[in-house]
Amino acid sequence: MSATVAAFLVLAGALFAFLGSLGLLRLRTFYERVHPPTMGTTLGTALVLAGSIVYFTALQSRPVIHEIVIAILMTINTPVTYMLLVGAALHRDRAASATQGQRNLQSFDKRQPR
Amino acid sequence: MTLFTSVILAAQMLLGLAMLLALARLLAGPRAQDRVLALDTLYVNAMLLVLTLGIREGTTLYFDAALVIGMLGFVSTAALAKFLLRGEVIE
Repeated sequence: MSATVAAFLVLAGALFAFLGSLGLLRLRTFYERVHPPTMGTTLGTALVLAGSIVYFTALQSRPVIHEIVIAILMTINTPVTYMLLVGAALHRDRAASATQGQRNLQSFDKRQPR
Repeated sequence: MTLFTSVILAAQMLLGLAMLLALARLLAGPRAQDRVLALDTLYVNAMLLVLTLGIREGTTLYFDAALVIGMLGFVSTAALAKFLLRGEVIE
């Protein structure tokens, strides 16, 4: 019974991770693209880890909660990395617009060459 | 094939598909920060796939591998973001 619950928790987490990657592929600009993987990372990891906790607790018939370590790690990691990355992207956009003139100021919603 | 095995298999297929989508974004670009973001998503999906494999096999050995993947992925993404922030590779 709890194995089935764990399996469906894992499936829900995998679905969230898949939707996050799909949004990463389909959205148009970088600043839109940052959003879906955050959902995929946090919610997908949380659900898969919840499934793992349920399954191994039932399998070993004792509380197994060492998955909490990964949960804490990802909770701290995801905002830090994405804030660093968006800060870097903002810095690069500003530097590019400073060197290339004013036309890149409107390039917020356009694809631009690398 | 029991219900448990088939549901875990479906989850693994979804995670593999998610890795392929992240790989497509990694190859497509168009700019460096897109590639770094795609690499970040790729390692998170790989970590989840390793965790799912551990659940399927019924051992906690894969947990340590997933932990190492998570820590190294965090360090690499932070390093790449700091490299982009320094502004040496604008044009």
